[in-house]
Order: sequence, then structure tokens, then C-alpha cells
Amino acid sequence: MWLSNSSVGRKVVMSVTGAALVLFLLFHMSMNLVAIFSTNDYNTICGLLGAKWYALVGTAGLAALVVVHFVYAFILTLQNRKARGSQRYAVSERPKNVTWASQNMLVLGIIVILGIALHLFNFWAKMQLPEVLHMMGMHVDAVTLENVGEGSYYIASTFSCPVYAALYVVWLVALWFHLTHGIWSAMQTLGANNNVWICRWKAISNVLATIIILGFLAVVVAGYFGLGALGKITLAGAACC
Amino acid sequence: MDKNISFTLKVWRQRGPKAKGAFETYQMKDIPGDTSFLEMLDILNEQLVNDNKEPIAFDHDCREGICGMCSLYVNGHPHGPATGATTCQLYMRRFKDGDTITVEPWRSAGFPVIRDLMVDRTAFDKIQQAGGYVSINTGGMPDANAIPIGKDIAEEAMDAAACIGCGACVAACKNGSAMLFVSAKVSQFALLPQGKVEAKKRVKAMVAKMDELGFGNCTNTRACEAECPKCVSISNIARLNREFIKAKLKD
Repeated sequence: MWLSNSSVGRKVVMSVTGAALVLFLLFHMSMNLVAIFSTNDYNTICGLLGAKWYALVGTAGLAALVVVHFVYAFILTLQNRKARGSQRYAVSERPKNVTWASQNMLVLGIIVILGIALHLFNFWAKMQLPEVLHMMGMHVDAVTLENVGEGSYYIASTFSCPVYAALYVVWLVALWFHLTHGIWSAMQTLGANNNVWICRWKAISNVLATIIILGFLAVVVAGYFGLGALGKITLAGAACC
Repeated sequence: MDKNISFTLKVWRQRGPKAKGAFETYQMKDIPGDTSFLEMLDILNEQLVNDNKEPIAFDHDCREGICGMCSLYVNGHPHGPATGATTCQLYMRRFKDGDTITVEPWRSAGFPVIRDLMVDRTAFDKIQQAGGYVSINTGGMPDANAIPIGKDIAEEAMDAAACIGCGACVAACKNGSAMLFVSAKVSQFALLPQGKVEAKKRVKAMVAKMDELGFGNCTNTRACEAECPKCVSISNIARLNREFIKAKLKD
């Protein structure tokens, strides 16, 4: 299969999974912004997703995309290190047009995936997971089950904690760097590039990455400082520390 | 007249492909600024021979930037700090008095060191032999304008054909990828009517050979185009990807 045994094919897999994840990020970011304006509307959206069949299919699809993207990243990096050889240069200088992000995509990706793990622990484990476990007939705490749709509350309580807020900011910054290289790079790999479009794709990458990250960041900031609708939530106690 | 400079030269010395190499330091005195980098090494080698020492082995041939033989990694850049120039086109006036200049061979699993600063680049020949040609009989020389080709297309094909196959792209790439070279060779034919006939077969064969020889996967860092002495653009890599994906989807 050319998608696994040719270098271009493997990169195509990275591009397609990456591009699909960018679309998901756009959706997730837009959805989050609602929480700043209306906590009730945000909870309605959470209710529309939850453990509905389409949300479960979507979650499974996303998990598959992340796993494929991650596994391929490791395979590609191992192959590339092997191709580079064991002997490294004593002196090496980064040329001007080479961005730092482009040379550190794996490291940035690892930070992103650690962020995803934290995110799943903070939200998914309190929202979709209990519902799924309940549907599968397992015992779930009654209070937890009652609150699975309380997305706004979980946002406010998580980001009221400075440690979580800081970790999410680090995560988002890493994601920004990852996207600024990833978006145009995906287009280059898919062959949708030339001397004219490279500047356009790079601009699109920077703008899109910035919009996505600012959108996510707005919710973290609003949660931490208690701005907008999120400020009106009374917390039962600190989420961490 | 350029000033004369004195500097320290750190050169990679390695007896053979399996031998362990190490840097050796040489003091160079009063080298005129208009000496080319290779001429400077000639001066050093003459001194070494006179002292009954082994001269430094390095590749070179035309010394005018078109043969693609010279291949030194100077101060962290393939072909040295100059842009759009090969090592033989690099002059000592670019360096300052008292500088330390580090000279290394291309480092990539695809290009094993033969000796000192010489590496084995036959991998590129093998990729070319896999499909970097037009095999159909095109008959006698046709009239120059018998097949009309747009000026921009002709220019782009010519820019791709400017690749001299020196391997600086592989040397610059953190992934040891040969994509810039292969994409230039694929593009110079894929753009022109004579090359389009075998385009699908060619791109599949050349990419397969490149992968088989152990070159890495391109991650679009653009180090290759920054260091390419012929300024071959990564738009060729996009074209290679396009041609390859199209060919595979047709199968």
C-alpha cells in the first residue's frame, strides 16, 4: 500500500489526518466561545453532543485520527533519524527561511498530546465517559452522572485553578507553533502548492493558527479571571491545588 | 585587492569508510582574499605533502559551479555561507582574520564517507537511472518551434534542470531527504510535452528508488532550498508530490 510504504504516501497520511484535526479544532474553538457569552447555551451544546450516537462516532473518528497522526509521526521521525546517519555535524546553523517550528514538530506534537491527556482528564472523564460507562451498564456515581452536561461549570472550575490555566496556555502555545508549520506543510505535501501559493498558504497558516489559538485562549482567560458568563458561576471549591 | 587573512581550519579527517574520523586543526597564514575555498585547501595540501603528511581528500572537478562535485559543509552550511554558490565559488574574502572555519563532509546515511571530506554520492546516479530520462525515440532534431511551449513553463523546467546533483539538499536536511533533488529531476521532464509521456512511470520509479536507498521523509523545513547552490525551489517538491499522488490514484 503506497500510503504506508512510500515516503510521499506516509506524508499524505500525516497531511490528511492533520488537516482533518485542524477542522475539528475550528469547530471545537467556535463551540467553546459560546461559554463566554451564555453558560446555558454552552450546556445545551454539551447536551447535544454527550453520548449521542453521532458524538460517539465523531469521538471514535477523532481518536483514530490522533492515533494515526501520532503513530506515523513516530515512524517518520525514526526513519528520518536513521536516514540522517549516526554522525552529526559539529557546527550547524539554521538558514533564515527555516522556521523553528518546522524542525521541532515532534516535540511540539508530544506537548500537544500531553495536553490532550490532561484535557481528557479535566473534561471528557467527567462528561462523555460517565455517560458511556452508564450506557454500558457499569456503576457510575449518581452525582457525576447528573452533572455530565454541566460543561460551563467544568470550564469555570478548571480554569479557576492557576496551575491548570498555565498548563493550558503552554499547551496552546505549542499548538500554535505546530499549526503554523503544519497547515501550509500539509498543502505542500498534498501537492497544492507552487511559487505563488506558498506565500498565501503560509499567511493562511499563521492567520488560521492565530484565530484558533486566540479562540481557545479567550475561554481559558475568561475562566481564570471570571469574565463574561463564566464569572457568574459559583464554584463549589477549587478544582485543584 | 582583497586583504590577506590568517585563520584556524578545523578539518574532518577519516582514513576510510569504516575508520573512525576526527577533526584536525591547521593554522593558515596570509591567505589572499581572492583565493577560492578549494584553492585554499590546495595550498594546505601542498604544505602537507611537503611535510610528508597525507593531503586532505576532497571532491572537485570543474571549479566553476556546474559539475556538482565539490561538497564541503563549511561552518554549518553546505557549500559554505554564500547563497546560490558552490564551494568552488566561495572566496576567502567572506571570512575574517582570526576566524575558525570548520569543514565537514556531507553527513547522511545515503552518502557514506569515502575518505576525509569525500562522500559516496552514487545513490543519486541510481535514482537517475531509475527513471530520470526520456526513453522514447523522439526521432531527428525537430524545428525549434514545432512544439509550442509557454515561456513560463520553459523557464520553470529550466530552473529545475539547473540542479547539478551535488547533494547539498540531502546534506542540509535534518531528515536526510533527497526530495529536492528527485523533485527537480522529475519536474524538468514533467513540465515538458516530451517528458509527460512517461511521467507516471518515472515519478513512481524514482521515488521508489529514493526510498529504497534509505533517504528520509520530507517534512518541509525548507533547509534544502535555502542551501541549494542553484536555488532550486521547493515548489518542485509540491509538483513531485502532486505527480506521485496522481500516478498512485490512477493505479
